[in-house]
Amino acid sequence: MHVPGFILDTVSSEHSYPLDQNVLYDILILGGGPAAMSAAIYAARKMLNIAFVTVDFGGQIRETSEVENYLGFQSINAHDLIERFQQHVKSFRLPIGVGARVEAVFRNDGLFTAVMEDGLRYTAKTVIYATGARHRQLAVPGEKELIGRGVTYCSICDAPLYKDRKVMVVGGGNSAFTAALDLSRGNATIILVNNARGWQADAILQRQIRDYKKIEFLDLHEVVRIEGGDRVEGVTVRGRVTGEEKTVAVDGVFIEIGLLPNSDPVKNLVELNERGEVVVDCLCRTNIPGFFAAGDVTTIPHKQIIVAAGEGAKAALSAHDYLVQTSRL
Amino acid sequence: MAILEDKIREQIKTLFEALQNQVRIVNFTQEFECAFCRMTREMLEELGHLSEKITVEVYDFVRDAETVKRYAVDKIPATALVGEKDYGIRFYGVPAGYEFTSLIEGIIDVSRRKPNLSQDILTELAKVDRPVHIQVFVSPTCPYCMFAVRNAHRFAMASSFITADMVEVTEFPHLVVKYNVQSFPKIVINENHALPGLPTDTEFVRAILNAIAR
Ligand SMILES: Cc1cc2nc3c(=O)[nH]c(=O)nc-3n(C[C@H](O)[C@H](O)[C@H](O)COP(=O)(O)OP(=O)(O)OC[C@H]3O[C@@H](n4cnc5c(N)ncnc54)[C@H](O)[C@@H]3O)c2cc1C
Repeated sequence: MHVPGFILDTVSSEHSYPLDQNVLYDILILGGGPAAMSAAIYAARKMLNIAFVTVDFGGQIRETSEVENYLGFQSINAHDLIERFQQHVKSFRLPIGVGARVEAVFRNDGLFTAVMEDGLRYTAKTVIYATGARHRQLAVPGEKELIGRGVTYCSICDAPLYKDRKVMVVGGGNSAFTAALDLSRGNATIILVNNARGWQADAILQRQIRDYKKIEFLDLHEVVRIEGGDRVEGVTVRGRVTGEEKTVAVDGVFIEIGLLPNSDPVKNLVELNERGEVVVDCLCRTNIPGFFAAGDVTTIPHKQIIVAAGEGAKAALSAHDYLVQTSRL
Repeated sequence: MAILEDKIREQIKTLFEALQNQVRIVNFTQEFECAFCRMTREMLEELGHLSEKITVEVYDFVRDAETVKRYAVDKIPATALVGEKDYGIRFYGVPAGYEFTSLIEGIIDVSRRKPNLSQDILTELAKVDRPVHIQVFVSPTCPYCMFAVRNAHRFAMASSFITADMVEVTEFPHLVVKYNVQSFPKIVINENHALPGLPTDTEFVRAILNAIAR
């Protein structure tokens, strides 16, 4: 078994600078991934009165083990990277609400109120919305019914369960190849299925898995149905060229077909595109003055840590400019 | 060689400065230690050196049958966090990965003698009037499982009817089959009520109340 060392992540469940419902913050930062953390650092350096609310620290980075494309680190353990980000943010001693989920954001008289799951409300002159994205579902019969019974969206969580077993990974991009790599460490037999032609993952990831003996590549195939009663027993796929259907016996299905933006809390407030992403311009502005967005929740195409961090910085500087230009400081 | 890195050790020392009351870490291993039994014991002993408020007691699963029975421990490595009484907080398997955080925060809670829970949740937990045994099955790499484990342990502190186990299941493969564990975290309440995935505090308490509903 691979033991990932001893990880201390106390900030994610408790923090000593709680938010105050009676304060009007200059900037309220929603989210805890690289976009939000970078926004916090830029905003804090402007000495603004800011607050930070998130479910956890690290966001999607928590779901990977190594990051190999963040500037300055040829390869860094994902948790160490989060830890560095977190320490940097914490050094500014901001009010941080962790474990708190935003349910909705409203605008009243030019001010924004974020309503939390537990009913608490925080008010601010501007918002930086950086709640990132979650896994997209396939929407095929059997999927919902078998979630947690062999259907999974978190390879780093569940790969250890599929040691020496047979698994299907659905998707053709970086996440699918990362899942395949996680599974290969447990000697699983893998079938990689992609409904598009070929494979979209970075060449370097593709090369890492190509030598693994127990992987079969099946592109131009779509998943029709996930089979099983109490647990996954197989998956029926259809060839997109031939139209032929076949059922493959597997013990698990890892679904890695992209992301859905976490934009529900603001769907009645700002403009979203057809994919549900918050529409932003190159200054991270939305159609609502004072409401900025950054990272994977937005229309910015490349969903990567360094991109999210850059966008977060931009959003903070834009929020600062807005506060200055509209004489709100 | 030390198990905990210097950096982590320093962070823990700072956190432990806030410990209020004595915490007993009760560990179960055996004479011929399994690899993870040894890793767990050594790690706990290192923690014991980081604060005077912590004592580490090591028992032998075979020889100390009386204590094993008192703590109702049925597999090793096992670890209990005990304050002025035994709250029913257990870790089976090595608390590594993010579960190390569950262990450290559990120690801090026990030293405060009260869990950090909202009044709403405490009110709901006060309705629990029968024994509840929560098992949270985790993998060492799972980044979200600690939130479920933390809540289960907090609930155990809040209600004398609740006991809560973290179970690092890759060390106990037979339990994967017995409880049909197919994703992490998986929560099992009183043997037969299962919750896949990570529930919110409210969903978790509701599931407990449902499990004991008459
Ligand atoms: C398995 C995997 C591997 C990856 N590997 C790499 C890699 O190697 N290199 C790379 O550059 N990128 C990688 N990525 C992509 C990268 O992680 C994302 O692009 C990046 O994390 C996006 O940052 P973000 O801040 O926009 O959002 P996220 O990381 O998604 O963070 C969103 C944050 O908002 C919080 N949140 C969500 N909803 C709410 C709410 N309602 N209220 C409060 N808080 C909320 C979440 O808890 C989270 O903290 C990977 C992604 C995955 C899934």
